[in-house]
Amino acid sequence: MTALLHVLRAGPLSTVQDQGRPGRIGDGLSPGGAMDRLALLEAAALLGLEGVGETIEMAGMGGRFRSDAPLRFALTGARMDARIDGVALRWNATHCLRPGEVLDIRGTLAGNYGYMTPAAGILTDPVLDSRAAHLSVGLGRRLQDGDQLPLGHDPDPDRAPCALDVTDRLSGGLLRLMPGPQTDMFTADARTRFAETMFTRAARSSRTGTPLDHDGAHFAPRTTTSPVSDFITAGDVQITGDGRPFIMMAECQTVGGYPRIGTIITDDLPRAVQAAAGAALRFAWITSAQADAENMSQTAQLRALAPRVQPLLRDPADIPDLLSYQLIGGATAGHDPENDP
Amino acid sequence: MSTPPNDSTPALFPLGQDGILIRCGDGFAAAPDAAQTLANRVRAADLAGVTEIATSLASVFIRFAPGVVTRAALSDRLRALAADPVTRQNKALRRWTIPASFGGDSGPQLAEAAALAGLSTADAVAEVTGVDLSVLAIGFAPGQPYLGHLGPGWDMPRQQNLSPHVPAGALVVALRQMVLFANASPTGWRWIGTCAFAPFQPDRATPFALRAGDLIRFTATDPDTIDRLRDQPDGLGGAACEGLA
Repeated sequence: MTALLHVLRAGPLSTVQDQGRPGRIGDGLSPGGAMDRLALLEAAALLGLEGVGETIEMAGMGGRFRSDAPLRFALTGARMDARIDGVALRWNATHCLRPGEVLDIRGTLAGNYGYMTPAAGILTDPVLDSRAAHLSVGLGRRLQDGDQLPLGHDPDPDRAPCALDVTDRLSGGLLRLMPGPQTDMFTADARTRFAETMFTRAARSSRTGTPLDHDGAHFAPRTTTSPVSDFITAGDVQITGDGRPFIMMAECQTVGGYPRIGTIITDDLPRAVQAAAGAALRFAWITSAQADAENMSQTAQLRALAPRVQPLLRDPADIPDLLSYQLIGGATAGHDPENDP
Repeated sequence: MSTPPNDSTPALFPLGQDGILIRCGDGFAAAPDAAQTLANRVRAADLAGVTEIATSLASVFIRFAPGVVTRAALSDRLRALAADPVTRQNKALRRWTIPASFGGDSGPQLAEAAALAGLSTADAVAEVTGVDLSVLAIGFAPGQPYLGHLGPGWDMPRQQNLSPHVPAGALVVALRQMVLFANASPTGWRWIGTCAFAPFQPDRATPFALRAGDLIRFTATDPDTIDRLRDQPDGLGGAACEGLA
């Protein structure tokens, strides 16, 4: 019998994600998939998986989950308040949810998109070779209270719990920008000023893209003539008609007529994805050759993450006390009535 | 980076760390035949490390596996393929006939668009249904075709303001082109007709119905027929597809 992951309560923007549907840009379908790709890789490294699997992406707010069978899972991406039966869970770590227990993931503490990744994978029916919801084109849907997600097979159920030392990417910062097909539509002065400007992430943001705010003059292209609609890739920084930058994300459209000043490199896109509203973001130009030198295959990225995964020590005299001690600030210690299914 | 040349030599640009965009023309005018010719040439060359080839209105996008081929090496191969300036009218392999209704609630801006084209509404519909339109590119939304070209009279700009909503199946017009909307959408183009054809239906045997280079002929019918055709499970809205051997 297939074990099920029961979604007792779903956050308002929780979806099943994976690496999406690459290779269909010519059909008008952008790849979609998890917004923070690094969080998927981190989950795979933590869980000891050979490749990237399915995950539950939670924007802003988590959800409550119960599992039929012991469920090994990783928590990565935006840091969230997560507990099993009231006991706080370390983020960027693996844990086990046993039958009868309730995993309660609440709001984000830092960042935007948190990930709960079961080691067993989520075996919903794939559409076009992916289980990822692509909301902007109507593929799949948001998770709803009461959803039951079929789980696969955990390849290493007895693996010790692990934690990963993660470099902060949840508070904005520097985004390296490589040139693209329309970079020349902006004057050298405009490009220089672009890299000297401090931007903040605007409030409105989605899986399609993120607008940025800034003080000072707008970034108009040197000609008002619209270029013919051309290909867009995630990470492109589009300058819309009002002169504001808009970062194209996983579910962006495949072509567009607004010029794009450059492309954020893959390594830095998670920093843009996770920057909370109001967080400061800045751009630094790098050449195409420099950008290419930063490009790592997924296998190489997983290999690089592996040594940073450490067993989570379970010293009964130390760690569990420490973890539960953090709960004392809350009104309920141990038992939270909201946890009852 | 250099300024894109104005001659017909395609220019190469990076588009992300694993992408190369070959621009056909100056980037300001559609050049679908050049793009499709070049894309076919790249496909035929079967270059190692190329993982995706796609055409837009005036460019070819090539995604590659940087572990298999470097940007520099692949760019050299692509430049050689692009150097041959021959652009032939690509021979279409398929022609679709798609029922559509025009004007009224099916196309509230038909009269406005016809006036801009210097035509009566009847003549406008006759022109739109009297020509084989080519799928110039698929894009923006899944399966969504850019169609063209209509006669020179149809070279009308986009509207100043966006129409907040046209439904899936809407036929809109601007710049001698038409778009058949795959999903409900806001648009700056003028809405002249509606069909029941879904360019993308994930559970269909062929989820993406159209390919760049296909020909499309619209046939005029009434709104009730379009409503009825919407119920067809294949989502093709009464469209017929014939092979052009």
